[in-house]
Amino acid sequence: MSFDDTRRQARQQWHKLQNNQQPVILIGTATCGRSAGALDVLEVFRKELPPRNIDAHIVEVGCIGLCSAEPLVCIKKSGQPGICYGNVNPARAGELIENYLVKNDGRAEYALGVLGEENVDGIGPLLETTFFKHQVRRTLGKCGTIDPTNINHYLAHNGYSGLKNALEFGPENIIEEIKKSGLRGRGGAGFPTWRKWLFCKETPADKKYLVCNADEGDPGAFMNRSLLEGDPHALLEGMLIAGFAIGAQVGYIYCRAEYPLALERLRTAIGQATRCGLLGNNILNSGFDFHIKIKEGAGAFVCGEETALIASIEGGRGMPRPRPPFPACSGLWGQPTIINNVETLACVSLILQNGAPWFAQYGSENSKGTKTFALVGQVKNTGLVEVPLGITLKKMIFDIGGGVLGDKRFKAVQTGGPSGGCIPSELLDTPVDYDSLNEAGTIMGSGGMVVMDENTCMVDFARYFLDFAQKESCGKCVPCRLGTKQLLDILEDITRGKGKPEDIDLLVDLGEAIKTGSLCGLGQTAPNPVLTTIRYFRQEYLSHIQDHKCTGGACKALLTYSIDPDACTGCTACAKVCPSKAISGERKKAHVLEQDKCVKCGLCYQECKFAAVQRT
Amino acid sequence: MQERLNSILSSCEGKKEELIPILQQVQNEFGYLPKQAMLEIAQFIGVPESYVYGVATFYTQFRFTPIGKKHVMVCRGTACYVRGAPRIQEAIENHLGIKENQTTEDMEYSLETVACIGACGLSPCIMINKKVEANITPRKIKKLLPKKEPGINEF
Repeated sequence: MSFDDTRRQARQQWHKLQNNQQPVILIGTATCGRSAGALDVLEVFRKELPPRNIDAHIVEVGCIGLCSAEPLVCIKKSGQPGICYGNVNPARAGELIENYLVKNDGRAEYALGVLGEENVDGIGPLLETTFFKHQVRRTLGKCGTIDPTNINHYLAHNGYSGLKNALEFGPENIIEEIKKSGLRGRGGAGFPTWRKWLFCKETPADKKYLVCNADEGDPGAFMNRSLLEGDPHALLEGMLIAGFAIGAQVGYIYCRAEYPLALERLRTAIGQATRCGLLGNNILNSGFDFHIKIKEGAGAFVCGEETALIASIEGGRGMPRPRPPFPACSGLWGQPTIINNVETLACVSLILQNGAPWFAQYGSENSKGTKTFALVGQVKNTGLVEVPLGITLKKMIFDIGGGVLGDKRFKAVQTGGPSGGCIPSELLDTPVDYDSLNEAGTIMGSGGMVVMDENTCMVDFARYFLDFAQKESCGKCVPCRLGTKQLLDILEDITRGKGKPEDIDLLVDLGEAIKTGSLCGLGQTAPNPVLTTIRYFRQEYLSHIQDHKCTGGACKALLTYSIDPDACTGCTACAKVCPSKAISGERKKAHVLEQDKCVKCGLCYQECKFAAVQRT
Repeated sequence: MQERLNSILSSCEGKKEELIPILQQVQNEFGYLPKQAMLEIAQFIGVPESYVYGVATFYTQFRFTPIGKKHVMVCRGTACYVRGAPRIQEAIENHLGIKENQTTEDMEYSLETVACIGACGLSPCIMINKKVEANITPRKIKKLLPKKEPGINEF
């Protein structure tokens, strides 16, 4: 069957789903949905509809990104736009069946919005809500609306037309198109994608390889997982286009073993694409052969570094080697190899589907297009967002994110994972693009964006990242292996009240030396969390060192808990949660906390409803 | 054990690049990497045993002792950290009476930490036998990780 015929059939299937008489129920069952209980909700719809003689299409979809309202369900009745509901638990699912599917009450109080432009039953359009209004969802456009296990849904949305265009353009024109789009790597450093491809294409070799880095190692980030679970074909199409452009016949997807659902979706997608003649030998009768293999990562953050990732695929310890030679000239088994991030390759599909000018519509001068971010931490609307590059941090955190959780004071936002840095409130007007974030001392990275409130201790936060970097350092080069350990030791001293006044300068000197002297990106960026927190929050370091105070309330050694006898009502809640039995007292009488027994876990402080437990 | 190991090895060609996938399959089968299996894998691939141990100890996924029936992984990702993961880990350690990378004596629970589960929007979270549990509080721990009551099943 020709590509046009395949696509026509796919479009018919999609059209039928949208316009038939039966209701369509979309349930977000990606990992985040499942962890919030989406599978129980799915079970309710599967069980409760047949006895009511409702014949509905139930479709499991990926995630539309609003994690804080998971599980998400969208119900579309015939002739009406779909209504999206949040926080749907099994009881609420039952109510929606009874009230909306059986009767006709849309239960506006549970609804997040309508998919479409009109109002239904007083429910406004979903895309007009603050979370979605400032977003431009392109890479994530299909996540949460299509069935990721059905290739026809992808085909019906222009899917694989980018591959078809690419096969007609030829390698030179593809690279030219990517150059015009201004696409820069979405995985970390932001290197122009076309330039990397051109190096590889121009290196003569019998065999070349394309590797997709899906080993999303940054703690606090899940953009790639969501895309792989919600729209896996977008990656496969991008890999095919990249493989064709650089002259590779084999592609590897190096994906974390901690993402079992993403791996399952990828395997399904590869099988379907192969059956449709979009993967394998002589793809779409063009003479182009391409095969995709999956390698499961075994848990090493350093494998995000290109040469370490290659060593891991070859079956060794994932340790980096000096560059040059760059992988584009000599990579996997000594052959020219291109390594691209999941989102970069998904952008490639969109560029070849819609053209470079379409892609470059959004963005700033040197950072084109849109970028996905995992907006998490102490923010109201946590989730996966996609914004035009150049948007300000303020807009992302306060408009899309809805501000700080519990309306506390904003303290800092961290981007770029362990390689990035913390940005204080004075710099909230910084535009989110590669160059502006670099200037502020951090990096764009793969898209983690962690918001912190006034109760976060920045010294402890820097210590957290250094603990991570030190554990993940592969140990090959001295500056990283020993340097990160020294940074960590000094930070631990400070958080335990044993810091010395000269420690701050020492941290800066040591940090700069590690940046200059390390072999790979891990070491070269590991001091960033320390350096930026000293740059913007020096006062906090000083108060730890000089006054032995932790204003964030995180450094146990510097905290004391006590009970205010006047405020204590004797409710016994604190005594019940105390793991070390340090709190005693009679019911309805003021309790007492014995300092020498206290392990400073803070449970009593959290539990007390009368602000009687005090932390100083 | 020999039979199960042979069936894994017979599906492979013995190339060096297969080493990590083989280790993953063996761990899936046995729950850990038994010493005997490590020696045979080395022979099968044609590398010294030290090489196989070198690779296996490099990656956090691999372990060399059996694990409990319920494999609990606490996420130590950034989002979980700022929303209280250290307290969660402490509460689990207190509740189960074991520390990170240990297994309870009755082989019910093993406790590990993981760099990030990737459910950051619902932090803090933990994973119990590949199922992610979201928005964990110290109070939820006892319910999620029930302990065998001593004496109840002893008749």
